[in-house]
Amino acid sequence: MAETKQVIVKVKRQAGPKEAARWEEFSLKWRPSMNVIICLRDIAENPVTRDGKKTTPVTYDSNCLEEICGSCAMLINGKARMACSALVDQLEQPIRIEPMSKFPLVRDLAVDRQFMFESLKRVKAWIPIDGTYNLGEGPRVSPEVQEKGYPLSNCITCGNCLEVCPQVNEHNQFVGAAIISQVRLFNMHPTGAMNKSERIAAIIGPGGIQECANAQNCVHACPKGIPLTESIAEVNRDAWKQALLSWLVG
Amino acid sequence: MRQPKIIVVGGGLAGLMATIRVAEAGIPVDLFSIVPVKRSHSVCAQGGINAAKNQKGEGDTVDKHFDDTIYGGDFLANQPLVKRMCEAAPGIIDLLDRMGVMFNRTPEGLLDYRRFGGTLYHRTAFAGATTGQQLLYALDEQVRRHEAEGKVKKFEGATFLSAVIDGGGVCRGICAMDLRTMEVKTFTADAVIFATGGNGAIFGRSTNSVVCTGSAQAALFQQGVDYANGEFIQVHPTAIPGEDKLRLMSESARGEGGRVWVPRNPAEKRPPKSIPEAERFYFLEEWYPKYGNLVPRDIATRAIHRIVYQEKLGIDGQPAVYLDVTHIPRETLDRKLEGILEIYEKFLGVDPRVEPMKVFPAMHYTMGGIWVNGEDQASNVPGIYAAGECEYQYHGANRLGANSLVSCIFGGGIAGRAAVKYAKNLENSAESTPAAVFDGERKRQEEKNHKLINQDGSENPITIWRELGQVMTEHVTVTRINKDLEMTDGKIRALQERYKKINLSDRTKWSNQTLNFARELENMLVLARVITLGALARNESRGAHYKPDYPDRDDANWLKTTRAKWVNNDIQLTYEPVDISLIKPRPRRYDAAK
Ligand SMILES: Cc1cc2nc3c(=O)[nH]c(=O)nc-3n(C[C@H](O)[C@H](O)[C@H](O)COP(=O)(O)OP(=O)(O)OC[C@H]3O[C@@H](n4cnc5c(N)ncnc54)[C@H](O)[C@@H]3O)c2cc1C
Ligand code: SF4
Ligand code: FES
Repeated sequence: MAETKQVIVKVKRQAGPKEAARWEEFSLKWRPSMNVIICLRDIAENPVTRDGKKTTPVTYDSNCLEEICGSCAMLINGKARMACSALVDQLEQPIRIEPMSKFPLVRDLAVDRQFMFESLKRVKAWIPIDGTYNLGEGPRVSPEVQEKGYPLSNCITCGNCLEVCPQVNEHNQFVGAAIISQVRLFNMHPTGAMNKSERIAAIIGPGGIQECANAQNCVHACPKGIPLTESIAEVNRDAWKQALLSWLVG
Repeated sequence: MRQPKIIVVGGGLAGLMATIRVAEAGIPVDLFSIVPVKRSHSVCAQGGINAAKNQKGEGDTVDKHFDDTIYGGDFLANQPLVKRMCEAAPGIIDLLDRMGVMFNRTPEGLLDYRRFGGTLYHRTAFAGATTGQQLLYALDEQVRRHEAEGKVKKFEGATFLSAVIDGGGVCRGICAMDLRTMEVKTFTADAVIFATGGNGAIFGRSTNSVVCTGSAQAALFQQGVDYANGEFIQVHPTAIPGEDKLRLMSESARGEGGRVWVPRNPAEKRPPKSIPEAERFYFLEEWYPKYGNLVPRDIATRAIHRIVYQEKLGIDGQPAVYLDVTHIPRETLDRKLEGILEIYEKFLGVDPRVEPMKVFPAMHYTMGGIWVNGEDQASNVPGIYAAGECEYQYHGANRLGANSLVSCIFGGGIAGRAAVKYAKNLENSAESTPAAVFDGERKRQEEKNHKLINQDGSENPITIWRELGQVMTEHVTVTRINKDLEMTDGKIRALQERYKKINLSDRTKWSNQTLNFARELENMLVLARVITLGALARNESRGAHYKPDYPDRDDANWLKTTRAKWVNNDIQLTYEPVDISLIKPRPRRYDAAK
């Protein structure tokens, strides 16, 4: 009797950063290939809780709905993951949906991940080109470097790696694995390498790479399968080299 | 000297390129986007970006790229600017390469190129299966650099509501809403560049992202910015139906031997694997014995629509047909199709190696858009420019694969330069505009919000939107029949009436997504009518626009651009000639080399 099958969803609601949090439970009509985004849309179309109380639609972020924009990260049954690729049939019910806890809450499931974009500025995560006028082709890049760099440049800035990291907490400003991995990416590129020492300098210091305690949760939480621990190890080596060098030359 | 100021609305490829150009000219930019720009829809593009670099020694040239584009667009695009785009394309690839895009490489360390639809040449540069994401990130990084240097100020999480237009009909800035505080504010600018993307959401579900609603374009339209060729909407034959989104399923599945079929019996209840061969209808193979499952995109799309809507043979009465690769050895599938099969598995939780995939055509790309001149991306309202998928200039009646990314970057670059020039030469800067002009616009927008938040209605915005999507998808995508189009227009107007009674079920003034969605919905309804009326009027078949009652292209009467205007609070269709000064129109045929 597929028609009457229900999906029970519990959503942590919070009207704003300063409001109290509460849980609301919804009973939704099951359909094939339902994902968490569809659940949230169903709630928006009929914002009534399981016990018949009227409520408001749930605020959450989403855009691409195919796990490539990084918007929809949240905690689903306690796990940091993307809502658009979280299929109801593969989740234990009731499905518990909460906002990520390591970022400032906006409302309900929406959080503010501006910290990550600021960190990208801090480490100068770009190739400093001279300008957009015609300057001919870029440097040659071996397929080997491309094959290493491409996976790193797949990072969707979702923040899952920060969410699961014990070192990301109210006591420090650890930039997190994603940012360290970006440092590696830009230092790997022939033009980017010209500013390698600047990026390394930026990733040392408060909130920098030395905050990493090697818990390795990040690499398991990354929806893009980015080799984060490898990146951390490599940038760490470069950071030590640079520190040693500056100590040697005084 | 007075420092001009420029606003860019939209941070996809086009908006970011425009931003970079303005910042490079030393002029401050305010960049507005609903989502953080790095999360813009451009990240969805998979296949690649075209440029006639002739890297494979096949004799590819800019002229061939130009001809493919014009021919593919069924001669509806104005030709001179398309030519300029094709000329600029190789330089654009070089630029992206210099920005560090991790393009696939040849053993020599050069860029690799692949073949794409509508051409015989290896002309498409690509970065794995996520080219759009990689290009967008490269531009995003450059903009971040300018931001760090104080040249760009981002307003992410802000939505454009309307332009501020003075008594002389000149754009002086914009009115935008902060999506957290829900505060409505005006911002002054000497020129505004729009790069707000496509309008997939008007069709309910599409391959587009959530924020691709066309709302900004529709708002501008109602302020006097003309909208061109609205009726041209590209539909991709095979997408994975999902209730939230239709995810693209690449043509390569059929290229590797995938077969398309439906059960012959519409009441069929058995699982697909247990339906015997004889009770399966391989309709593409039966109808097009020569090309079978590999008929061109538009033909495949029309056939699937016919099966579902005319023959009523969709699987389980649903709009879906089977795309079956289960007969292909698993080893072959894993070697050749793994990437795309994984998408299916990830989002449907079903292994397509074991069970036939369910696919359906999906609205994919908006060829039409804001009318801009053939020179420098300027709209008909002084001070307003447009670039990227939100304008109409480059793809005529049908876009060629991998040509969009290049048109976004090219158009964005031109718009950036043109806006700078315009702003510098402006006699009376926006600063001199009376405050009342800004206050008036802000109040108008605030009142709309106030009314929506407070009204007690019985209609749900999502329900209205779903109904809009349904009727648009059924009647205004693949096959267009005049009486259905008339009915659709009536239905949209009925929805507009119902819209007046919507209830937001959320009166909060903090991060109220329902309010924003309701604002977008009102605009979507208007743009839906522009699309529908344009289709109704155009009695011919051209590119993506197909009318069985008028099956041929009719150059004598319809080789012209539709230019919709907002007159007395209603849509008026006007027409203008297409610039065909460079390539003489010739018939476009799918069954032979051109
Ligand atoms: C699945 C898929 C695959 C594709 N593959 C290819 C391919 O391989 N090759 C190719 O050439 N093309 C491809 N395309 C097409 C191409 O991706 C798009 O046409 C292109 O990315 C559009 O870019 P854009 O800059 O115009 O807009 P978008 O990237 O859509 O960006 C729009 C921007 O505007 C902002 N915005 C919108 N409305 C507002 C508002 N009201 N206020 C403020 N900001 C607003 C958004 O936040 C966003 O930043 C594909 C499309 C899809 C759907
Ligand atoms: S590294 Fe992975 S988990 Fe971390 S932000 Fe990037 S994509 Fe998300
Ligand atoms: S909506 Fe883009 S990752 Fe989920």
